[in-house]
Formats: sequence, C-alpha cells, structure tokens
Amino acid sequence: MFDFLVRRVAISIVTLFLITLIVFTGVRMIPGDPARVMAGTDADEAGLQEIREKYGLNDPVPVQYYRWLRLALKGDLGESIRTREPVVKTVAVKLPITIQLACFSIVIAIGIAIPAGVFSALRRNTAWDLLANAVSLCGVSIPTFWLGIMLILLLSVRLHLLPASGFVPFFQDPLGNLERMLMPAFVLGGALAAVLMRQTRNSMIEVMSANYIRTAYSKGLAEPAVVFRHALRNGLIPIVTILGLQMGALMGGAVVTEQIFVVPGFGRLIVEAVFTRDYPLVQGVVMITAGTYVLINLLVDVSYSLLNPRIRVKGSASES
Amino acid sequence: MRRPPAFVGAVVVFLFVGMAVGAPWVASTDPLRTDWNQIRKPPTIKHIFGTDDLGRDVYSRVVWGARISMQAGVFSILLAIAFGVPTGLVAGYYRGAIDQVIMRLTDAWLSFPFLILAIGLVTILGTSLTNATVAIGLAATPTYIRLTRGLVLSAAQEDYVQSARALGGGDARMMIRHILPNIFSALLVQATVSIPAAIIAEAILSFLGLGVQPPSPSWGTMLNTAQQFLETAPWMAWWPGLAIFSLALSFNLAGDGLRDFLDPKDY
Repeated sequence: MFDFLVRRVAISIVTLFLITLIVFTGVRMIPGDPARVMAGTDADEAGLQEIREKYGLNDPVPVQYYRWLRLALKGDLGESIRTREPVVKTVAVKLPITIQLACFSIVIAIGIAIPAGVFSALRRNTAWDLLANAVSLCGVSIPTFWLGIMLILLLSVRLHLLPASGFVPFFQDPLGNLERMLMPAFVLGGALAAVLMRQTRNSMIEVMSANYIRTAYSKGLAEPAVVFRHALRNGLIPIVTILGLQMGALMGGAVVTEQIFVVPGFGRLIVEAVFTRDYPLVQGVVMITAGTYVLINLLVDVSYSLLNPRIRVKGSASES
Repeated sequence: MRRPPAFVGAVVVFLFVGMAVGAPWVASTDPLRTDWNQIRKPPTIKHIFGTDDLGRDVYSRVVWGARISMQAGVFSILLAIAFGVPTGLVAGYYRGAIDQVIMRLTDAWLSFPFLILAIGLVTILGTSLTNATVAIGLAATPTYIRLTRGLVLSAAQEDYVQSARALGGGDARMMIRHILPNIFSALLVQATVSIPAAIIAEAILSFLGLGVQPPSPSWGTMLNTAQQFLETAPWMAWWPGLAIFSLALSFNLAGDGLRDFLDPKDY
C-alpha cells in the first residue's frame, strides 16, 4: 500500500512538473509581444523597453522559467495585465462559483445516473432499459451549449419559469442563487449523467452475475437486500474512477455553460483571459486547471485503492 | 441486420457526408447572400428553415455548415491518429526508457481537459478552421497514444507475434505487418467515438468565437449569433443545434454497432 502511494505521488509530481514546462512554453508561443499588450497601443519603444526590463522579458527563456517556477511554488502566479490584480486572487474569487456549479451538477448527475443505471441493469433488455439507454445516448450526443440554449428558450423565454442568466452569491440570496444555478447545473450534469449511467449499468450487470450474488439470492434474501447490501457496494467502485476522469470534461463543460448562462466563474475567466490576451492570467488559469485535475485523479486513485484492496498491488488504477 | 439503430445511424452519417460533399446542389441558395428584406423571417416555403439576422437562408447555411463540421471532425481525428498511433506503437513495442518518457509526457498532456487544451492551442495558433482542426487533433492525440500502447502491450504477448519474431521479423515489420492489423479494429471503434466529440468541440470553439470566423456558415458560429435573438427568432437556434445533435448521435449509434460487430464479447 505504502509503495503504491509513493509511486503514485511521484508520478503526479513528475506530471505537474511537465505541465509547468508545457504551459510556460505554450504561453511564450502565443504570437504578439507581451510588452506591447501590457503597455497598450500608444506606447513608445522606450516604454516597451521599460516594461521588458521590469518583467524580465529580455532574459533567456530558461531564466524566466526558473523565476516563474520559484514564485509559482510560493503560490505567486503573477498579476493580470488588465486588472493588475494577482492571478491567485482573481482565481480565488471566481473558483468558488464554478465549484458550486460543479458540485451542484455532480449531485444532479449522480441523482439521475445511479438509480437509472442500477434499474436498467436489473431490468436488462426490457422497455425501461431501452429507454434509459436511448436517453443516455442522446445525453452523450447532445451539445451542452445547445441544450442550454434550448432550455433558456423553453423555461425562460416561453414559460418564464427561471431567469435566463446571471448570478447572485449564495449567502446574499440563497433562493435566487439556486434558481439561477439550476439550469446551468442541469446542463452540465446532464452530460455527466449520461456517461455515468452507462458505466453504472455495465458495472452492475457484471456484479449481478457474480457467484456471491447468486449465493445471496439462494439464501433467500429479497432483491432490494441483494442489490443494496451486496451488489451496489462493489458495483459503484468503477464509478468513482469514471467520476474522477470526467472532471476534465466537467471543467471544459463549465467554460461553455458559464458562457451561455453568464455565470461569472472560472470558465468564463478562461475565455476572457484568452480574448484579452492576458498572458499571466491564461498561464495561471491553465496551470491551476491542469494541477487540479492531476490532484483530483491522485485522490481518486488513492480512494479507489482503499475501496478495492485488489488494486493496491497492481499499481496505478488509471493505467488499466 | 441485427441492429437497426446502428444501421440508421450509419445511413444518417452517410447522408451528412453526402450533404457536405454535394452542398452546392443540396442548397441552391448562396449561404452568404444577405437579403435586407428578409431579416429574421420564420420558416416559409422559400426559406424552409427561416432566415437569420442578415437575411441569409438558414437552410443553406446548415447544409454548408456540414462541410465545416465534417472537415473539422474527420481531419482532426486523422491528425490525432497520424501522431498518436505511431507514438503509441513505439512506446508499447520497445517499452523501457522510451516508453517512460513518452507516457509521462502523454500523462501531462492528458492533464489538460480536452476543451481547455483546444482553447489554449487555438490561442497559440490563431483562430481559423484549419487551426481549430489542428488544435482539436493535438488535444485528441494523447488518447490515441495511450490506447495504442495498451493494445500493443497485449498484442505483443500473443503467440502469432512471438512466432513471427522467432522467424526473424524485424521491428518495423513486426509493428506494421503483425501488430497494427490486429489492433486496427479497436482504433477504428475509438475513431467513431472521437469524431462526434471533435465535431462538438469545433462547434464549441466556433461558438466561443475561437474557431471558424463569420461569415462562414459554421454551426457553432450560427448558434452564437442565434443566442442574441432567442426571443424574436428562435428558429435560428433550432436547426444548427439539431444538425450537430443528429450527426453526433448517428456517429455514436453507428460506432456502437461497429463495436458490437468487431468485438462481440463486449456488451
């Protein structure tokens, strides 16, 4: 167990290091002069030179990288060109909004996917199973942003049931917050639910054919007891991994969803940073996204090994 | 024909291909022609999908949009395969240090969520259809490296590979003649899953303003414009979205069928 943890953490550290290299090089490959972007269009050559000196843009790239990495390790990711605010501070304001959205959509996704997946596995090849599969296939194929637009069209424009867009902090107006988060969370959670449902179904079908389930049945247990006490516990283990791997898709989905519903979160921040060519912000935001993804998957792998002792000896769960 | 949905899916995919190839004949109206007397008109006989904010025919824009979507979807995945499969082959075949280096880089590459990576790459490359295609392709590459490597690892254990090696087959011959044909079907199935994802990714990039630029008729850019006119011209949002949805759904249906056909033991 200890060896597995050490190995898994070491791989994550190497990955994080490579990510910093990729992000740093990537941002330096963006066409255009960062000094010119910082100074604005009316700056003269002397002004540009001053900015280059100040931010060390004249130094060789490896020197710049070393300096950036040292500061990044201390939690300093530079400051936004546009607002002059520290990148970390900007992210700290935006991230909780996206975390709320993500948690809300995960709850919706699990609430739909697990019961539907278990049920269609138990009633395999019935009309219910077919229906659940069809809905899940549609869920995978429907572009989230179009689903969002169609929901706005139906629930806001036509029926006036929910506000089309905007955001209020939860602690300021809890009801207003939930009202505005419901549609984005459903859109974001719907795609996740589709993937999770398929996995739950497959995993439950496999578990239900195991010998110990037959034993449970033959000792006279009723179906609910077999399903909830015996099958579900093992059947849900792979779902934890899938949920972890889907975090990337969730982050990507948040970018689009926040754009449609005008939620001022992390995803919107990424698009804004790209459009305004705010290099330090792009760099910081992408770095944080990738870093979070690595950490989530590390946690998933560790929790997976705790849930399923068989995996501990075999090495990383994500490699299978 | 044991799987009607898969068959229907395949037929619809081919219809879209036909639509993309034959766009000038399927839609006789120029998708870029503006008509100031026909601004945001609901569907009629003349404009069966209605007109947009510049009086352009939505039907012909949706038809021409199939070209852009197909181009982005298919070429990006071909690019991912062209880079990913040889790299995965080398990693899985030679193992050892080269495998470690390739896989650690692949892991790092995979740590960027697909869409965020594509957005980042478009920022570096600049916004255009070609660049969006390249960005999506590069973002999809690590999946193919990982998949190919895994398939090669198991294929290399097979007896026929071992015996071909015993007969003195060189490395290149082993990889191309013996391993590649045996992992081909799994790669094909993955492609049918990635192409709809790539089509949706292109639509998202264009929707965000990072892909195909107006006035080109991309389904994503059309939806971006449509969002501003939801109250007055909702039809502008129906058709491009429905097109993406039905194309992605058909690909997934056909892909499911193909998977069952090629690998019957999987459910």
